[in-house]
Amino acid sequence: MNTVLSLYNYWIVIFLMMTGFYIVIARQNLVKKVIGLNIFQISVFLLYITMGKIENGTAPILLLEKDLQAGEPSQVYSNPLPSVLILTAIVVGVATTALALALIVRIREAYGTIEEHEILEQDLES
Amino acid sequence: MEQHLPVLAIVVPLIAAPLCVLIRQRTLVFGTAITVCWATFAMTVLLLLRVVYCDGSDLITPAANVVTYQMGGWLAPWGIEYRIDSLSVFMLVIVSGIGAVVLSYAPLSSAREIHREQHYLFCAAYLLCMAGLLGILVTGDLFNLFVFLEISSLSSYALISLGARQSRKALTAAFQYLVMGTIGATFILIGIGLLYQVTGTLNMADMSSRLSENGEVFNKVVLVALAFLTVGVSLKMALFPLHAWLPGAYAYAPSVVTAFLAATATKVSVYILLRLVFTVIRPELALQLVPLDKGLMLLSLIGIFVASTAAIYQKNIKRMLAYSSVAQIGYIALGISLASVSGLTAAIVHLLNHAMIKGGLFLAMGCIAYRLGSVEIDDLRGIGRRMPVTMFAWLLGGLGLIGVPTTAGFISKWYLVSAALEKDWWPVAGLILIGSLLTLIYVWRVVEIAYFQSPVESAEPVTEAPLAMLVPTWILIGASLFFGLQTSFSVGVARRAAEMLLGVVS
Repeated sequence: MNTVLSLYNYWIVIFLMMTGFYIVIARQNLVKKVIGLNIFQISVFLLYITMGKIENGTAPILLLEKDLQAGEPSQVYSNPLPSVLILTAIVVGVATTALALALIVRIREAYGTIEEHEILEQDLES
Repeated sequence: MEQHLPVLAIVVPLIAAPLCVLIRQRTLVFGTAITVCWATFAMTVLLLLRVVYCDGSDLITPAANVVTYQMGGWLAPWGIEYRIDSLSVFMLVIVSGIGAVVLSYAPLSSAREIHREQHYLFCAAYLLCMAGLLGILVTGDLFNLFVFLEISSLSSYALISLGARQSRKALTAAFQYLVMGTIGATFILIGIGLLYQVTGTLNMADMSSRLSENGEVFNKVVLVALAFLTVGVSLKMALFPLHAWLPGAYAYAPSVVTAFLAATATKVSVYILLRLVFTVIRPELALQLVPLDKGLMLLSLIGIFVASTAAIYQKNIKRMLAYSSVAQIGYIALGISLASVSGLTAAIVHLLNHAMIKGGLFLAMGCIAYRLGSVEIDDLRGIGRRMPVTMFAWLLGGLGLIGVPTTAGFISKWYLVSAALEKDWWPVAGLILIGSLLTLIYVWRVVEIAYFQSPVESAEPVTEAPLAMLVPTWILIGASLFFGLQTSFSVGVARRAAEMLLGVVS
């Protein structure tokens, strides 16, 4: 029981991932699909960030004066690399969302709707 | 200068892309972009000479010859490393070569199919896409691979949506591809994260050695990571049954974009699969965890038959060729699933051969679309007499697709069948041949309409496509014939790459 609870960060990640994935598959509205896609991506960002975090760990920025003299740090540092990676992934996510929304604007101009089944009907008619 | 070649091949198109947006003026933009593409091609050829013919004499050099480049001088496991071996250099030459040929064809074709005020954006997105694809091939760092994958994918969604001038369906096709592509890329990101979690490194070579040292300890995590990675990559390479985005995207994108993406994008995804399964996780561990080879074989065989049958029933020829691409990816995956040197050789040779054949076929369709304004099969009656040079190129490409002897397609089918027979898998070899018959049916359908039916009375007279479009088409088709007759280069490099992937020293 304890191990299940202590892995709560993974449960959050999995819950968000499945929520996002479900929205992408189940919703007809294209904007909602994009929101689902965002939740799905962000759950993965959380997965990365939580894996780098150490309990009581702090940001590895500068050594304290006394640590410099002692030659070894008195604090525990978290791994900064996953956070840095996710900074890049967030940028990619923003670009994807922007492109998706731009496409939705164009789809709305061309079809007059952003509901997937109505677009499908119009495509079948033409 | 020469030691910076690996990074220059990426940086030059990457910088040229925003430059195109700044220049804006149509002729100058196309001039810049085409020059950059050919310069990149020249750089990759130099790299090929360095990796494959490193002592300047002959092909007999160590299989493990690699060119490495440390980004910013940071050493390998910490810094980002560019690592070029015989497989990546082979793919680099394919991607940059096809990219240069197709872009040379673009000025005329895009004048008909893309809004004039979007031409500079088209060039920018095209260069970005090429930089992304080349980046995937050179990088030795897993996270870097993800970033390059997203650069190429995002620009390809934008490229496909440029087809909106012809049909609004291009927009929905691009959106569908965006959703599925992003899910695929995110799956890959999860897989990379899990591998990083257990190994603490992102460098492929470093990760591979750590996994082979303590592979058993990480079994479960590696298994989950492998599952996410294969599903994500299969989505990107449109392996059956994850190919749903491909026919729409290829059918409604402008002809130039379809030719470029069909010849390169899915091939680079196949490269990612090879890289992940054979050099990062290693086949010993990967195949021991899951029967990946059997699953891949089953899916690729079903894919060949379902997609070829679907191709027979298409009215739009670009859509038909798109389904044929799904089937051809099946042949490549089949070669990989054999997991032997000859199977991988067949798969890698087919990467090159199919890239040339399918690129040539889509360019020929682009010529027809340029003159006729349509690629529906009914509008093509008698086109063989009205545009003989274009249609003859299409015919030769079609024969290559079937795998008629003396074409490049025959070489890859030959190696694939002999690889299956090597394992005594007669049924697989038989199915490959039956699959070729299905290809014959859909190619013949077009040939019959084009050559043996007379044009509709009311049809407007059409002339042959302009020379500036015919030359690039014939370069690709000619190359596919050349590599059908002269196999020592293509098969030689492919075999070397296969031996390197499987760790066999020749």
